[in-house]
Amino acid sequence: MAEPIQVNNEKCTGCGLCGKSCPFAVITVVDKKAKIGDGCTLCSACVQVCPAEAITIERKAVKIELGAYKDVWVIAEVAEGCTKGVSFELLGKATELATETKQHVCAVLIGHNVKGYVDVLAENGAEKVYIADNPNLEKYTTDAYSNVISGMMSRFKPNIVLFPATKQGRDLAPRIAATLDLGLTADCTALAIKDGMLLQTRPAFGGNIMADILCPYSRPQMATVRPNVMPKPEPRKGHKAEVIEVPVKIDPKSIRTHIRETIKTCTMGGKKIEESEVVVSGGRGACEENGFELLQQLADQFGAVVGASRVAIDMGKKPKSVQVGQSGITISPKLYIVCAVSGAIQHTVGMSSSKFTIAINSDPNATIFAYSQVGVVGDMFQIVPKLVDELKKRKGK
Amino acid sequence: MRIAVCVKQVPDTSEVKVDPKTGTLIRDGVPSVINPFDQFAVEEAVRLRDAAEGGGEVVAISMGPPQAKSVLIHSLALGADKGVLLSDRAFAGADTWVTAYTLAMAIKKLGEFDLVLCGQQAVDGDTAQVGPEIAQMLGIPQITYVEKVDLEGNKVVAKKQVDEGYEVIEAKMPVLLAFMTPSDFVPTNPPFSKITKAQKKPCETWTNAELGANPERLGLKGSFTQVVRVYSPPKRDKALMLTGTPEDIAKQLADIMGKEGFL
Repeated sequence: MAEPIQVNNEKCTGCGLCGKSCPFAVITVVDKKAKIGDGCTLCSACVQVCPAEAITIERKAVKIELGAYKDVWVIAEVAEGCTKGVSFELLGKATELATETKQHVCAVLIGHNVKGYVDVLAENGAEKVYIADNPNLEKYTTDAYSNVISGMMSRFKPNIVLFPATKQGRDLAPRIAATLDLGLTADCTALAIKDGMLLQTRPAFGGNIMADILCPYSRPQMATVRPNVMPKPEPRKGHKAEVIEVPVKIDPKSIRTHIRETIKTCTMGGKKIEESEVVVSGGRGACEENGFELLQQLADQFGAVVGASRVAIDMGKKPKSVQVGQSGITISPKLYIVCAVSGAIQHTVGMSSSKFTIAINSDPNATIFAYSQVGVVGDMFQIVPKLVDELKKRKGK
Repeated sequence: MRIAVCVKQVPDTSEVKVDPKTGTLIRDGVPSVINPFDQFAVEEAVRLRDAAEGGGEVVAISMGPPQAKSVLIHSLALGADKGVLLSDRAFAGADTWVTAYTLAMAIKKLGEFDLVLCGQQAVDGDTAQVGPEIAQMLGIPQITYVEKVDLEGNKVVAKKQVDEGYEVIEAKMPVLLAFMTPSDFVPTNPPFSKITKAQKKPCETWTNAELGANPERLGLKGSFTQVVRVYSPPKRDKALMLTGTPEDIAKQLADIMGKEGFL
């Protein structure tokens, strides 16, 4: 059988860009022609940079033996010195899936000086941790991360790979799916095993339609998973994981995007809306008078973050970083208190996986009540201050 | 400056309502429109073309049934120069990988482009996958969640949303940009006079005979993912509706919050 990766010697100019771009350092230039050495992971970094289009990878030449793919991987995300909560949620779900398929749970840790995160991943369910550590991986870039993870997936052949459906995960996962010729299901809210395969459930139309999706003929099976939907596992103190260090070499020139500037937007009290257990939101009707001040007072009773519908953001009542909905943030808090929001799909896309929703709206026919456990037809300007008083009174006791 | 922009026809989600009794979607009579994120991408394509030295060409590309031509006419009315509709029964049932493959094949066939633009996601599927998949298939870098972009010589400088806030990213062209809509963006319909003019602009329909893609990789047959079931979510229990004076309601709400363990 022909090797799946081929160098066309007639096109190859021997420029060596492929060798520089190879994260696994297996390409050399011999007699002015690129030579692919042992250990090629088919990550396709070289294909992307070759100016002569001399390198091709024929994925279909690799006959897929489904049984050769083992283990459930979680692509961990770390930021600002800590592991993001969504990584633990994914490890919890991965543990369930791995138990059912009698496979192992593995975490993938990419970055620079990230070894310190191994133990916390182990305590949350990882039996193995694959690490790619390199100064050029310190900040997320699509090119470097997708090349490294594509290479790891080709080499170690996981059965299932779960990515957080964060902005980073949703930038990264489709790039890898296209590199490796794989199916990918976006923004899953439920995962299970059916006939040995990963059954992926995702909402569309603001949670009004659900679809169950399988990926029968290709491996690994890939999904991005919505944060805050899966419960975090109970950490198993003192558990250790096997560490597999994957040596990588990243030429900064192989990263085609450059970060000029990073702008951190701080939400109230530094807490991010998508990580807040309680969220209080306001819509059009809250934009009048001191509506958002009242909502802030209510939020303060829970240490909650105040969010807003798109209309309220457009009216400048709140920063874009707390917009709940399709063109904003998807949240799934334990308690969502939503005031004067009608419940357009634009908004419900972002809140339909909240666990307990209380809606206050003056319109008895507002769609938002269909997404709520408790509804109040009334004026938030009258009800919210009374609720704040009542909550303060009970706390005082 | 040559710019390809990918557009999709979607149901107007602002018109899709939920039946309050059954909890299912009412889709009858819902008009089809251009995906709002894609409309913004077309507007940006036109702006960048006009800002570029020596002008250029904006080619709008869509995959869909014959009636999806209307989103190309809409794009032409917004200022695009040419439209290409990929329409063939063999394309139907495509998952994101196959959609990206089909669009990438068309972009390659249309020649070299400096920029490939698209909306961050479509409002019906919300996958946000097709853009990055096209970029990888074309072998060009990508910048997603873009809110604002400027040209600096042969580079683009884009302000993009990231999980922690924003990044300003630069990249040499060619590059793919996937656009978020700015919060004050309201998709407008071009005036009738522009639509009449748009109908005179070149707009081709390609079947796979013109596209020449590997038929094994198209449509449902080529898709890696298979939708095995589509259903309405389990019917939510009706909300418990509270009544009474504001004081009564406040007490009831506090009781419920206490019972549910939120206090």
